[in-house]
Amino acid sequence: MTKVSQVLLVEDNEDDVELALHAFSGSRVTPEIKVVHDGEEALEFLWHTGRYADQEARDLPSLILLDLQLPGIGGLEVLRRLRERPETRRVPVVILTTSDAEADIIGGYDRGVNSYIRKPVGFASFSEMVQQLEHYWLITNLAPPS
Amino acid sequence: MANHKILLVEDNPDDVELALHACQSNRIDADIIVARDGEEALEYLFCTGRHAGRTCKDIPSVMVLDLKLPGIGGLEVLRSLRQHPETRRIPVVILTSSEDEAHVVGGYELGVNSYIRKPAEFAAFTQIMSQLQRYWLVTNTAPPV
Repeated sequence: MTKVSQVLLVEDNEDDVELALHAFSGSRVTPEIKVVHDGEEALEFLWHTGRYADQEARDLPSLILLDLQLPGIGGLEVLRRLRERPETRRVPVVILTTSDAEADIIGGYDRGVNSYIRKPVGFASFSEMVQQLEHYWLITNLAPPS
Repeated sequence: MANHKILLVEDNPDDVELALHACQSNRIDADIIVARDGEEALEYLFCTGRHAGRTCKDIPSVMVLDLKLPGIGGLEVLRSLRQHPETRRIPVVILTSSEDEAHVVGGYELGVNSYIRKPAEFAAFTQIMSQLQRYWLVTNTAPPV
């Protein structure tokens, strides 16, 4: 049986969550999408702590889509922390943000992001981008073994 | 002059030809620089040896790196460029026939951005090169120089 890919979407904006879920629902590989709304919950989910402490062991997501502007722990700090831990340091992370600030782009690459993408405006462009992301990272790219 | 540069590090002439053909048919304005071994790739990136005269600030938008290269291997090239401030952020895609888990893990440990298995068939190879070029030159935001 083919294993279903999981994508962790770290996004606090409900409209963007809806858009992403809708775009993924029409996709070829129909990954399981786990949505978390802030940086703290993202780390808890990845490390099985806090709200996710009781969960059974599971594979890491094949891809993390990470917004930068999040309540509490910001996206760059989430990235820095997960790159420090052996169990999460290799998981592919794509920053998906409206920010085109040079400090955010450099900060992302310096902390080991795999790719940095500016969120396109408009549903059609956003859907096209999500499908491209999905095809590249879930089909073409070979993820590190869990 | 094209807006984007792709540094293709590949010693197999057939794969170089296929890659150039795929990129040219993609209609994305990009210069492809081919380095035939790891040493030449590092000379290009650090503007030394055969590439001593070039403008060093002109860094590629993406580097496509084979692993099995004569002399300095692909993982060693990756390690060297991640150690230097001028080249450490360059997006690197490993494109190799190797499925060896040690290579996959080694690549990610050294900070590769993406790892792609080289398909054996012509059509699939062309498609991958085309997808790779579109993703890294159009969709991805490269680090500023």
